[in-house]
Amino acid sequence: MAARRITDFTAVKEIVAKHRDTPGCLMPILQETQGAYGYLPLELQEVIADELDIPLTEVYGVATFYSQFTLKPKGANQVHVCLGTACYVRGSKKILDKVIDVLGTDVGETSEDGRFSVDATRCVGACGLAPVMMVNDTVYGRLTPDQVPKILKQYIEKKEETA
Amino acid sequence: MSNVNIKINGMDLSVPDDITVLEAAKMNDIDIPTLCYLRGINQIGACRMCLVEQKGARALQASCVLPVSEGLEVWTNTKKVRDARRVNLELILSNHNRECTICTRNERCELQKLCQDLGIRDIPYEGEISGHKIDDASISVVRDETKCILCKRCVNVCRNVQGVGVLGPVGRGFTSRVEPVFDLSLNDVGCINCGQCIIHCPVGALKERDDVDKVWEALDDPKKYVVVQSAPAVRAALGEMFGFPIGTNVTGKLAASLRRIGFDKVFDTDFGADVTIMEEGTELIDRIQNNGVFPMITSCSPGWIKLMETYYPDLLPHLSSCKSPQAMEGALIKSHFAEMNHINPEDIVVVSVMPCVAKKFEVKRSELSEGGLPDVDIAITTRELARMIKEARIDFENVRDEDFDPYFGDYTGAAVIFGATGGVMEAALRTVADVLNDADLEAVDYEMVRGVDGIKTAEIAVTPDLTVKVAAASGGANLRKIMDSIREGGEFADYDFIEMMACPGGCVNGGGQPHVRAKDKLEKDIPAERAKALYDEDKAHKIRKSHQNPSITRIYDEYLGKPGGHKSHELLHTTYHARPKIKES
Ligand code: SF4
Ligand code: SF4
Ligand code: SF4
Ligand code: FES
Repeated sequence: MAARRITDFTAVKEIVAKHRDTPGCLMPILQETQGAYGYLPLELQEVIADELDIPLTEVYGVATFYSQFTLKPKGANQVHVCLGTACYVRGSKKILDKVIDVLGTDVGETSEDGRFSVDATRCVGACGLAPVMMVNDTVYGRLTPDQVPKILKQYIEKKEETA
Repeated sequence: MSNVNIKINGMDLSVPDDITVLEAAKMNDIDIPTLCYLRGINQIGACRMCLVEQKGARALQASCVLPVSEGLEVWTNTKKVRDARRVNLELILSNHNRECTICTRNERCELQKLCQDLGIRDIPYEGEISGHKIDDASISVVRDETKCILCKRCVNVCRNVQGVGVLGPVGRGFTSRVEPVFDLSLNDVGCINCGQCIIHCPVGALKERDDVDKVWEALDDPKKYVVVQSAPAVRAALGEMFGFPIGTNVTGKLAASLRRIGFDKVFDTDFGADVTIMEEGTELIDRIQNNGVFPMITSCSPGWIKLMETYYPDLLPHLSSCKSPQAMEGALIKSHFAEMNHINPEDIVVVSVMPCVAKKFEVKRSELSEGGLPDVDIAITTRELARMIKEARIDFENVRDEDFDPYFGDYTGAAVIFGATGGVMEAALRTVADVLNDADLEAVDYEMVRGVDGIKTAEIAVTPDLTVKVAAASGGANLRKIMDSIREGGEFADYDFIEMMACPGGCVNGGGQPHVRAKDKLEKDIPAERAKALYDEDKAHKIRKSHQNPSITRIYDEYLGKPGGHKSHELLHTTYHARPKIKES
């Protein structure tokens, strides 16, 4: 839960140093830190709070307020299901449920082997294809729940070959 | 500051120009309902209970954050206002675990009161309840998110008043919560257990760990000899739970009620406080004469100790090695009292009644035990004692005053004022000055360390050639200012003696004391009113210096030897250790 994995804080300290004197610097600091490390775990947020001399709860509050931030490392394959209005009315919630079911991984979580993460997103601008799911950069449109296992299977098997 | 002319409900009013509409209304006896507002601490316009209609403004305005201005005109009781207020309240209730009959805040809940006042009878929006987490891993504070109304009072108290900041808003929208980071328990994030969040929460979302059942169990066990001790500040606030005005001293009723509940001995932590002065005064004199670490800092407040251990571990040698009065009293009961009465200390259960939830944490410190036996077994708060008195059906209002049991219940005026910020300092000065001058000095009132200011400083000529620089501070954020200064070699680094209390105003305003509604806090300075009850009791005491307490003389003659001696060090002194801010799992 609170196990710390990252030990090299050079990058995050540089990012804080760059922004620390501008008001409202927390947002850019979190964005760049996520850019550098991929996610915002406890140990990075602790460093940011310490360096800025603000409570950790303040950093964490912002990091959980905006959906662009993620607290956990993303999986090797990132599955996004659009829950924007157009997708939603065409049943994307059922698609999402199917994804969760097939991968055994909840929304916002990463599978235990680190290979998949599942996210619900807002409109991805492909409303004509609703309901839409994205795996990494590939868009799958006009989906029905029973197509989901087949699509995911490709990724599951592809990984197993290389492993 | 000048005045401005405004109109509330058609009434022409002239009010100071630097206040809010809510305050202006209050000054003119116009009541506007509030829920999240807490003067000076939480003025964020979150709950929208205090809405008013403003001339020229399309939307209703939250009066707690609306400044007055020349010509401003508002109405507090139009249909539009009433309807909006009701909808907002109903929305809060639709997401609230409404189990008033079994809630600790029943009858002392600001949400419940508001629903009664506004005549809410049904809730049209029955929805899913969002927060479900109950965090009861902390020894002191239990959080129940099913009752949290997201007012953020606790957030701002913890962050700004206590300087700790371990509670915060998390997430957004339907899933927003107020909690510690990364789903951790309050137990694992550097909370100092002060309980200020509890006494500022308007509802039952934050409460003390309830240890009442453990006390009843001990009392019902025929093999146990159950001794109770009660802290100085309890007597200044317990009465509030039974309808007495804030600031009523109920010492006699307290002792009588404890006896009726069935404790075998009814002792007073004030005796332990007098012992503390002997030990701490001696330690101070010893540090002065032997070039010890300065400033020396008091160690009675367990919230303060945890703040030091967590945030200033490098400065621990500044702390006095004295145990707190609660622990001293307990240690002496399980040693000297047990021997005198031929009772096996293992059969003794020491219960303490404290204005504090951090004391629950203190009694679990392994340093505060002798041969595996804790100095104090169970610490309950003023609020829990009130519940016991009610459950035992004691007629508190009419019960006749009684005294505490002799010897371990004998105390001086100096001990009583331990409950207010500056009290320990004053009590210590009374004794130290007498000892160093080898005289019975007449001056006992050290006014300069009294009052509810967050940081009080003074230079005191204790003897013709010794002047000491002293300070008394309360409220975590103030304590941190002083510690930061010491760490940087600033102003406070060359002080001699500093009293620190985690709760603002001292123990009278502790996290275990009765809740006071935000409305009443607007009218009264609660810590000051309660402190006055203690200073009045001090004044009425014949003996006002700890070293003149005959039972103190007796315990040193018969048992302890001399203050700071071998036996004292064994029983009455302790050690501290660094703690991580975030506990790794
Ligand atoms: S917090 Fe207040 S309103 Fe909610 S259940 Fe408890 S007493 Fe009732
Ligand atoms: S007990 Fe004190 S330190 Fe802990 S959360 Fe509450 S206010 Fe903050
Ligand atoms: S826990 Fe209490 S004080 Fe804190 S936000 Fe919730 S209701 Fe308000
Ligand atoms: S918004 Fe004014 S009291 Fe809550």
